[in-house]
Amino acid sequence: MEKRVVITGLGVVAPNGVGLSAFEEAIKAGQSGIQFYPHLKELGFSCCIGGMPEISEELKRQYFSELQLKDFKSSGILYGCMAGIDAWKDAGLEINEQADYDSGTVFGAGTSGVEKFREAIYKLDDKKVRRLGSTVVAQTMASGVSAYLGGMIGLGNQVTTNSSACTTGTEAIIMGYDRIKAGKAKRMLVGSCSDDGAYVWGGFDAMRVLTYKHNDSPEKGSRPMSASASGFVPGSGAGALVLESLESALARKATIYAEVLGGEVNSGGQRNGGTMTAPNSEAVQECIKRAMENAGVKGSEIDTINGHLTATIKDATEIENWQAVLGLKGKSFPYINSLKSMVGHGLSAAGSIESVASILQLKGGYIFPNINCEDLNEDIAALIPKDKIPLRLMSQDIKVLAKASFGFGDVNGCVIFKKYEE
Amino acid sequence: MSEKETLIKELREIIKPYVQNQEAFKKLSEETHFITDLEINSANLVDIVLDTEDKYDIEIDNESMDKMSDVKSAMGVIQDKIAAKG
Repeated sequence: MEKRVVITGLGVVAPNGVGLSAFEEAIKAGQSGIQFYPHLKELGFSCCIGGMPEISEELKRQYFSELQLKDFKSSGILYGCMAGIDAWKDAGLEINEQADYDSGTVFGAGTSGVEKFREAIYKLDDKKVRRLGSTVVAQTMASGVSAYLGGMIGLGNQVTTNSSACTTGTEAIIMGYDRIKAGKAKRMLVGSCSDDGAYVWGGFDAMRVLTYKHNDSPEKGSRPMSASASGFVPGSGAGALVLESLESALARKATIYAEVLGGEVNSGGQRNGGTMTAPNSEAVQECIKRAMENAGVKGSEIDTINGHLTATIKDATEIENWQAVLGLKGKSFPYINSLKSMVGHGLSAAGSIESVASILQLKGGYIFPNINCEDLNEDIAALIPKDKIPLRLMSQDIKVLAKASFGFGDVNGCVIFKKYEE
Repeated sequence: MSEKETLIKELREIIKPYVQNQEAFKKLSEETHFITDLEINSANLVDIVLDTEDKYDIEIDNESMDKMSDVKSAMGVIQDKIAAKG
């Protein structure tokens, strides 16, 4: 029989809050984590704002040993391990003495250890390959974050890293869910992380997809669904969830945040309007539709949507797609919000950080505000009533939440979370 | 302090960050083995070699590195390389 899958632990490292309670406080208050970074300006970036979590040396040492931190230069692995360990402990689970063959991880990343790789390349080009030291591989291999986490916790089931651009985090959740549902694991630590800084963000700046209009007003820069949206703001960090079979969670009397009802990942094949960088709308709708079928919910049962909504011209298209697939017009359309207004676009970390925010909403009975959206985009206003995009914190009992992410390569992911009921 | 004692003292400082067994480290002698006694991760032997090179401004070739499995052999390699430097 297929297993039911619940969420028993959460962890997050975000630009507007490091740790679950700081993050929840920030999202309820509509607090931005976007800042101006002088080094981006010095490097000649058009967009000199972004979101990076602030982590003290002292805090790092609560997660990593001195030896692990020696020559450590991977921001993504740092954030991922912090969020992952937090989620594990939040679930009330122990660090294993022996390998736990029933627990694994799917922890995604877009790149790994870009700073470390840069340092290694300089040494290599200087003909000093023998001077690289022992940690270049561990910090720069794509699966670095899952390898670190697997060792820190003692995971003995599947330990892997997925990568699907900005869909990565949402995909990781679905991959872990599938594994537990199939009975191949009891617990899966799922999530994703992103490196940050100039070497990750430069490529996006070069594509002119980042906003260059808010270098003097960083907190106003990330404007999903706004008429004055002018491109996204790059972010970073990590989000992590402990997924667990309902049986296992009940047996150890764990706190249950919510249930993962189902999900779907697909691709538009870069056909029908889909390209390397733009989504095929038909595929987006198909992905959401199949996620709903998989979860066994109808459009009318969805109380709120946490969108991908990055603050580009594609926001209106996304709303159109949701509307088409849910079959809900006007007032019947659910509430919708975008965390990116506060933390920017966390790239490979986006789906997991946003899912943590979504689950906190379900558990806490609220919908966090969309900031920087006082001037709603006209095309969106023509599709759905203005009050479906809350500008202030709303107290609202929500049962079913749909979360979607879309990424370069024309890839999509949609997951359906439900408030846990016995 | 004899030259040998100084060298052991300096070597202690170099290997300290990589040691996993602190009890064995306290009792460090010439016979102490890096992996079996100090439980140093074998990957970190490379880092110990690099730190040693920096400390004495010497270059330790791959063959010499293979010999550096305990305190005594490491001291031997260091002394040889310093002597070769003239």
